[in-house]
Amino acid sequence: MDNIVTHAPDFFSNSQAEATKAIARSLWNRVLTSVCVALSLLTLVPLVSIIYLVLKNGLPLLSWSVFTQLPPAAGMVGGGFGNAVIGTIVMVGIGLLMSGPLGILSAIYINEYAPASRLAQAVRIVAKLLTGIPSIICGVFAFAIVVSTTGRFSAFAGGVALAVLMLPTILLTSEQALMGVQSAFREASYGLGATKFQTIVRIVLPDALPAIMTGIMLAVARAAGETAPLIFTALFSQFWAKSLSEPTASLSVLIYNFSTVPFPHQIQMAWTASLVLVAFVTLANITAQLVFSKKH
Amino acid sequence: MTEDAARSSATQTPGRPDFLTVRNFDFFYGKKQALFDINMDIPEKRVTAFIGPSGCGKSTLLRNFNRMNELIEGVHYSGDIKLLGQSIYNKEVEVIALRRSIGMVFQKSNPFPKSIYENIVYGLRISGEKKKSVLDEAVERSLRGAALWDEVKDRLHESALGLSGGQMQRLCIARAIANRPKVLLMDEPCSALDPIATVKVEELIHELKQEFTIVIVTHNMQQATRCSDKTAFFYLGKLIEYAETQKIFSNPGQKQTEDYITGRFG
Amino acid sequence: MSRESSDSKPIAEVRVGPDLFHALCWVASALAVATLAWIIYEIVTSAWPAIQKFGFGFLGSSSWVPNREVFGVFPFIVGTVASSFIAILFAFPLGLAIAIFLSENFLPAPVRQVIRFVVEMLAAIPSVVFGLWGIFVVIPIIKIFGDWAVKNLGGVPIFSGPAYGNSMLTASVVLALMILPTVTAISRNALTAVPKTLREGAYALGATRWEAILGVILPTAAPGVVAATILALGRAMGETMAVAMLIGNSSRLSWSLLSPGGTLAGLLANQFGEAEGLQVNSLMYAALILVVITLFVNVLGELVLRYTQSQTAGIR
Ligand SMILES: Nc1ncnc2c1ncn2[C@@H]1O[C@H](COP(=O)(O)OP(=O)(O)OP(=O)(O)O)[C@@H](O)[C@H]1O
Ligand SMILES: [Mg+2]
Repeated sequence: MDNIVTHAPDFFSNSQAEATKAIARSLWNRVLTSVCVALSLLTLVPLVSIIYLVLKNGLPLLSWSVFTQLPPAAGMVGGGFGNAVIGTIVMVGIGLLMSGPLGILSAIYINEYAPASRLAQAVRIVAKLLTGIPSIICGVFAFAIVVSTTGRFSAFAGGVALAVLMLPTILLTSEQALMGVQSAFREASYGLGATKFQTIVRIVLPDALPAIMTGIMLAVARAAGETAPLIFTALFSQFWAKSLSEPTASLSVLIYNFSTVPFPHQIQMAWTASLVLVAFVTLANITAQLVFSKKH
Repeated sequence: MTEDAARSSATQTPGRPDFLTVRNFDFFYGKKQALFDINMDIPEKRVTAFIGPSGCGKSTLLRNFNRMNELIEGVHYSGDIKLLGQSIYNKEVEVIALRRSIGMVFQKSNPFPKSIYENIVYGLRISGEKKKSVLDEAVERSLRGAALWDEVKDRLHESALGLSGGQMQRLCIARAIANRPKVLLMDEPCSALDPIATVKVEELIHELKQEFTIVIVTHNMQQATRCSDKTAFFYLGKLIEYAETQKIFSNPGQKQTEDYITGRFG
Repeated sequence: MSRESSDSKPIAEVRVGPDLFHALCWVASALAVATLAWIIYEIVTSAWPAIQKFGFGFLGSSSWVPNREVFGVFPFIVGTVASSFIAILFAFPLGLAIAIFLSENFLPAPVRQVIRFVVEMLAAIPSVVFGLWGIFVVIPIIKIFGDWAVKNLGGVPIFSGPAYGNSMLTASVVLALMILPTVTAISRNALTAVPKTLREGAYALGATRWEAILGVILPTAAPGVVAATILALGRAMGETMAVAMLIGNSSRLSWSLLSPGGTLAGLLANQFGEAEGLQVNSLMYAALILVVITLFVNVLGELVLRYTQSQTAGIR
């Protein structure tokens, strides 16, 4: 019968001590929220600063002619970085030609042919480890197997370095892409009497293609921006490259070289090259995301 | 069934009939209205069961009692819910204090990845209780209250994730009653349990109503008849019928209720 | 592989047999696996003369004088480790705060989307552009801070003067920005993998938002956050260009964060192009050390990440 009495009617409001504690708790809660929000918004500052400076310093020199002319010599004005753009495209292309088939075929092996095999497990582990290897080590490797043996810096050496850099990205994203293909498709294909090869080529690969393209685009974007693997494999050149076996300019190495010289014009050209590079990398990333989201 | 009802009225001291009241309550998830003009009085120290087909708004109403729905973005309500005559939406009501007064047990047991002991004292610790004697006492009281003490007293400091499904659910009940709430909300507490664990939890509910006001959502008609004193039937976000459990199941006032409890529904 | 041949067989017995494409895929896989071994083999053989000449003393020696053929990488090892740890010191709280911010609803979803996009953008910006930006933005700021610090905190060894713009601190600050996306992304995954029911459980017991975050959500996600930090550390240690452009590339050891320093990766970037003879072998030796360190850190991070995934699988 004493229920009504034991339940003090106003039980939300705590005792004095508890009320003080509750105020402290909610205050602390608000402080932490503010700190967290402030820190998060803080990241906007460097990015906005980078984008702003790249645009501000890069836009003035941006014109069609920078894509068609050679880099200015020390202390000279005018010119462009046409050879560096071509060099970057050529070396990324070489890298892709080597790493693309290798990565995709390996991905097919470890996902379609023998997913549980020792080799497949080794491939997965190695690919993971390769993603963790510093990009400059790719350059060291290419230096050892190409530059040392041929005795010269070359676009081919740069391409080899970029191939090693791109391989794990392409391999792992292709594996993900193949894993994303519904097994019902495969079963349906086998059920109709198709061989494994027919199933892979006609059913699995077409379905996985957008996701594989995404991986390739991400790898290309990353490789295009890399400097470390090229700096002592392709080196740099003031001239148009005539073959794959001579030192070759690239956008990223141009930025590196020009950023440390005492000539304002060269420095401004480094910013313009940065603008081109950042624009390309961003575009490639966004395209990759779009291709990917279309599939899913 | 009559036996059950007799027993519960014999062992129950009558509490306030309007312990928890809902008045003209509408609730919206964004534009979608989930509850329509709900009015009900939930009695003290009784078990009230919410039944109804999936998606009819049982959980939504239950989660309004401790304002858990506020965690979802874009929800709003109109009307009022009162606990002991005081609006739970009153600005002065700290939602934190409210949630301590109204404990909740979820459909899927959700022990924290901590020791059994730390799970139970969580609510006390966050409200600043540091005395070991108080905490120890609370652990034993709550575990006994949840009929789990004998099973776990020797491994209080082991991970709660090592318990069986039924034990985990009773641990969650113990964790809720460690806060000494006035009301216990249970959203399908047995739906993930096997029959034996279910019986244990049902027995526990019988014990707990000596001290707590209990609201339980269930899809199991037998469970509603076995453990509840009053039953509310919801359909499409509306409260169709609300009466003594015995009456709902023996002589329902509405055609829809009858169709539902006899399984002739949709 | 013609249609007739497969039609003539029972459907269930799909022929996998010796198949050119299958073989091709196998070869590709074998090559992929061989790549890592090949890289290490090439580096070891190229480094061999230096390994023979200097032995383990290479690791502990502090002089790097190419024209006297004296080589030792102790300062560069110290610089690699120090710059990465300092970078983590900055990036960890920031990345964790952003990860929490992204997994909570402090601000409306569009704002969170913007922050998420910003962090992903940071990951896409080439290292050399960070370096360029660092030269023109971070160095002047650090110079001002350095002069102030030397004047007011000069007694503390890490702030002893003179203050340089190209310094350990500059490199670490930019490194922190570069690894921020890694810390954020992996921490965020760990946080969002915490079942919603645990959060609700904490709230239902009367926890405030931050009591739930600090008491339940973060401890549950902790192994994942640790993995994020370790993997980010691995990235920082291998990061080359921005560091090479900002750290000053000195082989002199100093306690001061305001003094120039050097890292293994920076050393390689600076000297490989013009190196000859024993210097090439020594650089290869340095590369080997870098590979070993980064592989170790990455394997550790992956192991923690795997452990995390098996743990959260248990909670679900
Ligand atoms: N977070 C949410 N956002 C939007 N709509 C929701 C949300 N939660 C529930 N709903 C909707 O509100 C209605 C009522 O849902 P509620 O979960 O309360 O039903 P229920 O009676 O508990 O069902 P069940 O028996 O399946 O648990 C449903 O139509 C549901 O789709
Ligand atoms: Mg429900």
